[in-house]
Amino acid sequence: MAIDMATGKLRRNRAKDATAETINDEPAVLVTGIVGRLGKRVARNLHRERRVIGVDRRPFVDKPKDIEHYEIDVRRTKTRDIFRSNRIAAIVHLGVMHDPRASAAEHHSWNVAGFQKLLEWVTQYRIPKLVVLSSANVYGPSPDNPQFLTEEAPLLGGASFSEIRDLIEVDMLAQSFFWKHPETETVILRPVHILGTVRNAPSNYLRLKVVPTLLGFDPMVQVVHEEDVVRAILLALRPGVRGIFNLAGPEPAPLSHLLRVLGRPSLPVPHPIAASTLSRMWRYRVSSFPAPELDHIRYVCMVDDARARRELGYEPSKTLEETVRAVDEDRWP
Amino acid sequence: MAPSALSKLSEIAANDALPVALDAVHKARAQIDSWVRTMLGRDFDERVRYVSQSLGPSGVDPFGFDPEWAKYALAVTAFLHRVWFRTEVHGIQNVPSGRVLIIANHSGQVPIDGAIIGTALFLDRDPPRIIRSMVEKWSQTLPFISTFFGRCGQVVGVPENARRLLEREEAILVFPEGSRGISKPFSQRYRLTDFGLGFMRLALETDTPIVPVAVVGAEEQYISLANARSLGKLVGMPAFPVIPQLLVPGLQLPLPTKYRIYFGEPLRFSGDPDDDDAVIEEKVWVVKATIQSMINRGLKDRKGIFW
Repeated sequence: MAIDMATGKLRRNRAKDATAETINDEPAVLVTGIVGRLGKRVARNLHRERRVIGVDRRPFVDKPKDIEHYEIDVRRTKTRDIFRSNRIAAIVHLGVMHDPRASAAEHHSWNVAGFQKLLEWVTQYRIPKLVVLSSANVYGPSPDNPQFLTEEAPLLGGASFSEIRDLIEVDMLAQSFFWKHPETETVILRPVHILGTVRNAPSNYLRLKVVPTLLGFDPMVQVVHEEDVVRAILLALRPGVRGIFNLAGPEPAPLSHLLRVLGRPSLPVPHPIAASTLSRMWRYRVSSFPAPELDHIRYVCMVDDARARRELGYEPSKTLEETVRAVDEDRWP
Repeated sequence: MAPSALSKLSEIAANDALPVALDAVHKARAQIDSWVRTMLGRDFDERVRYVSQSLGPSGVDPFGFDPEWAKYALAVTAFLHRVWFRTEVHGIQNVPSGRVLIIANHSGQVPIDGAIIGTALFLDRDPPRIIRSMVEKWSQTLPFISTFFGRCGQVVGVPENARRLLEREEAILVFPEGSRGISKPFSQRYRLTDFGLGFMRLALETDTPIVPVAVVGAEEQYISLANARSLGKLVGMPAFPVIPQLLVPGLQLPLPTKYRIYFGEPLRFSGDPDDDDAVIEEKVWVVKATIQSMINRGLKDRKGIFW
């Protein structure tokens, strides 16, 4: 053990020596996937108080000047140079690919292999804080779900929707990292459906002109405003915070209530027809919703976020109405 | 091509078909509303308002209960309760205001007894109480039924839900006999079958009082000669009662027997919820014996099945 620690120290010193003149000692927060809509919001909320480093494959077009952005793939060894030449105080991992159109191999490599690489560097450079944005979808909607799932509930989201398996794998990797490396404060956030300017499935679904629903089904749903998720991420960055936290937004409501708030007409479709039509539309690329996701408008997948409220001090600031209406606000081109 | 045709179709659906359909629905609803009011009296609205007090802006509680929906179901069960079965309710003020488990005998082939107990607690108790019962998980996969159950305050039967409801100081109705009780043939009427132990563990864990309830009159609503269990298994049902009256036109409805519901005084138990089955069984036996003696007393008191 002592030897391990010694060699670790040795290696670290050598790395320091090699780049002694370029190392920046001001502690920084590294945000992966910073160019996503959520990443940008995190960066804007953070950059005035702390040094922010962004990592993303995509260019950061309207970047605030004081944010350092590296346009690279997390999986590449070049990312390591960022760790070598900067003092990273925390990592916010948002760089998870949700695109169900991407090939399974690419999806898996990006999400799982990329995250494993990141974890390696977290251990090697002894990053004191890691915040991972997972999702309440890892529990998965199901007819035998309790009304409110706690953080201990099994992650069964992949049972009917296999594309979500790598997101579950990322969550599990983060969990085992949490236990194996107590020297790093690992925080896993599992928010419910995030609504806002983000381009995720639930927001896109609510933006449809006529919203298809399933005839005879009107499950209770929970939604959370993107700003509230950003606030939770900032809370998670505080020293001393660690653990897994569900994040629910304002009070739950039936799906039909959300549509009523938006004033959108709905088109109820019997489930068998909806499932076969959607899978066909998906195949011909007319729809961006994979058919198994229909379960989200059929069964409950709600969480109990008492732990986040107690230990994180999290409380949603937006009302249900504000949260739902956010999908129509300032649409990005 | 396909997207433009689809959007056109959706536009027609939104602009032309939908308003007409909505208008028809609104008219039908107004009519039903007025019927409901005449059936249940003005007092009913006050009761609905009372139970809606704690609901958020969406008018629905976290478990999906919506009084605006439930009142339609209540109108139907109120008809059964007041007109069809002319229920006699005894000792309803024994049901306390906080968390409570209501344990009753289950009978009558079709679970009308549960609906009548719920209706009695809503219409006859002051202040009214909403009762939650646990429904089969499988029911959640059925369109309309899943929504209907949820809006009427029924929840999926998993222990987490029961615990959470009791922590919210709600009332839960449990039939510990389950399908064994409800599908008893006529020859076994008013003899309690085996009780499950789950409700007692739940009561011990959450320190919840138990109100024993005896329902007299439901056994005669459908006369079942036997339970063809193997046939039931074949079609995937928990029981398969043989009810000859269903073959006679007009007798598909339950017979208009007189229901008598007795609410007993709350029983309190203490102990370790994870104790051996034998220890828990002793406590369950106390509840079972109380209900059986309440049933026997009720049977002795009644002058006839139909009045």
